[in-house]
Amino acid sequence: MNVTIVDYNSGNISSVINSFQEVAKDKVNIKVTSDLNKIKSSDKIVLPGQGSFKSCVDALNSIEGLVDTLNDFVTGKKKPLFGICVGLQMFADIGYEEKETKGLGWISGKVLKIDNYNGKYKLPHIGWNEINIVKESKIFRDIENNSHMYFVHSYEFIPEDKSVISATTDYSSNIVCSVENENIFGTQFHPEKSDKVGLKIINNFIKL
Amino acid sequence: MLKNRVIPCLDVKNGRVVKGINFVDLKDAGDPVEQAKIYSDGGADEICFLDITASNENRDTIYDVVEKTSKKCFVPLTVGGGVRSIDDINKLLNCGADKVSINTAAVQNSEVVLESSKKFGSQCIVVAIDAKKNADKWEIFTHGGRNKTGIDAIEFAKKMEDGGAGELLVTSMDRDGTQAGYDIALMSEISSKVNIPVIASGGVGNLDHLVDGIKLGNASAVLAASIFHYGKYSVKEAKEYLDSKGIPVRI
Repeated sequence: MNVTIVDYNSGNISSVINSFQEVAKDKVNIKVTSDLNKIKSSDKIVLPGQGSFKSCVDALNSIEGLVDTLNDFVTGKKKPLFGICVGLQMFADIGYEEKETKGLGWISGKVLKIDNYNGKYKLPHIGWNEINIVKESKIFRDIENNSHMYFVHSYEFIPEDKSVISATTDYSSNIVCSVENENIFGTQFHPEKSDKVGLKIINNFIKL
Repeated sequence: MLKNRVIPCLDVKNGRVVKGINFVDLKDAGDPVEQAKIYSDGGADEICFLDITASNENRDTIYDVVEKTSKKCFVPLTVGGGVRSIDDINKLLNCGADKVSINTAAVQNSEVVLESSKKFGSQCIVVAIDAKKNADKWEIFTHGGRNKTGIDAIEFAKKMEDGGAGELLVTSMDRDGTQAGYDIALMSEISSKVNIPVIASGGVGNLDHLVDGIKLGNASAVLAASIFHYGKYSVKEAKEYLDSKGIPVRI
C-alpha cells in the first residue's frame, strides 16, 4: 500500500513524515511528493498544512494540476484522505484568515477566528486539550474519549452539516477538532505531535 | 479544557547535553536524544533544546541532534540558541523541530520575527525574553544574558506579539540558576499584557515553584531544567504534583 503525504510547500512537514514513517515501519510505503502521477496512484493521501489558510491554499494552487488531482482523488475516486490542521480547514468552502479565500469545498462550511471573548482566552490555542468524541469515527478506533491531543491554531472550521463532526474540544466554546465524511478525514489537532495516542490515530488511518 | 504544560529543557553544547540526568540506567548521560526520549516517555508536554554551542563551527551539531530526536519523540520539540536568520529557522524546522525560539536576533532585528511568522506560521515562532529587574521595571538582555539593551521587557513583549510571535518564553535573569522560584511579578505582568501564551522560565528549585508559575504568574506553561536534570524530580512527579494542587495537566 502507498500512502502519500502531499508536499506542497505548506511549511514544516518533517514531523508528519517522521510520525507516519514510525507507524508504517516497513509494512506501508510512505511517499512525500507533489508529483501528480504519484498522488494519483496512491491508495491514501495525507494533506498537512501549517501557516495561514490563505498561504496554504495559495501553495496548493501554485502547483499546476494539484487541486484537480486532489479533487478527483477525493470526490471522484472517493479514496481516503486525511487533512491535518490547516489541511482540515481547507476542506471548507471559504476561509477568513488574512483575507477571504476560497477553500477546496469538500465539506461545506467556513473557517473563522476562534472567539476569544475579548482576550479572556489566549490565542493561538496552544497545548494539550481533551477531545470529546461525538460520533464513531474509523480513525478513533481504540481511542478513549477525552484523550489528550496537541493543538496549535487560532482559527476553527465550522461545517454546515454538523453530522460530519466526529470530535470537539473545549476552548472558549466547543471547537470542531475532527471530522469524518465518507472517505474524508481530518483533525484540527496534530496527531503527529500527540504522543502514543496520536500515533494510534495515524495507524488507524493507515489501516483503513 | 486546555492543560498547562510542563516543559523540560536540555542545554546542549557541541551536540552533547551539558547538565546530564543522574539516572543510573542511562547508557550515555550526554546524549540529548536519549534524554529527550526519557522526558517524553515520562509525560513531558514538550521538549526544549537550548543550544549553547559557542563556536560557529560546531553549530551544525544541533541539526543532527534535532533530526535524531524528532524521529523518536512524538511531542513538540522547540529549539533555541543561536537562531539568527530565516535560513537558521528553515534548517531547524526541516530537521524536525516544531518550534524555534529566537532571542538576540528578535531584539536586534524584529523583522526576523515578522518575516518568519509570515513564512512558517506564528505557531512555530517563540520569542525568548531574558529580563532583569531594574528599579521598578524589567530590562531585556541579549547574548545569553551578557548584554544589556535598555529595552523595557513589557513593551518588548507587546511588540513581539504584534510582530507575529506565537508564544513568549520569559526567563528571569535574576532568578535563573538560583532555585529560588520564578519571578512571579514579571510573569504575571507580561501574561496580563499579551494575549499569546507565556512560558515561565528561570529559577525553579521545587515543585511549588511550578504551581506558583501557573497560579500566580498566569503562565500557560512552565519550563525547568535543573530539577529534572539532576533527577530531583521526574516529569511525572511534577505533573502529579500540579494535578494534586488543582492545576489542569495532561496525565
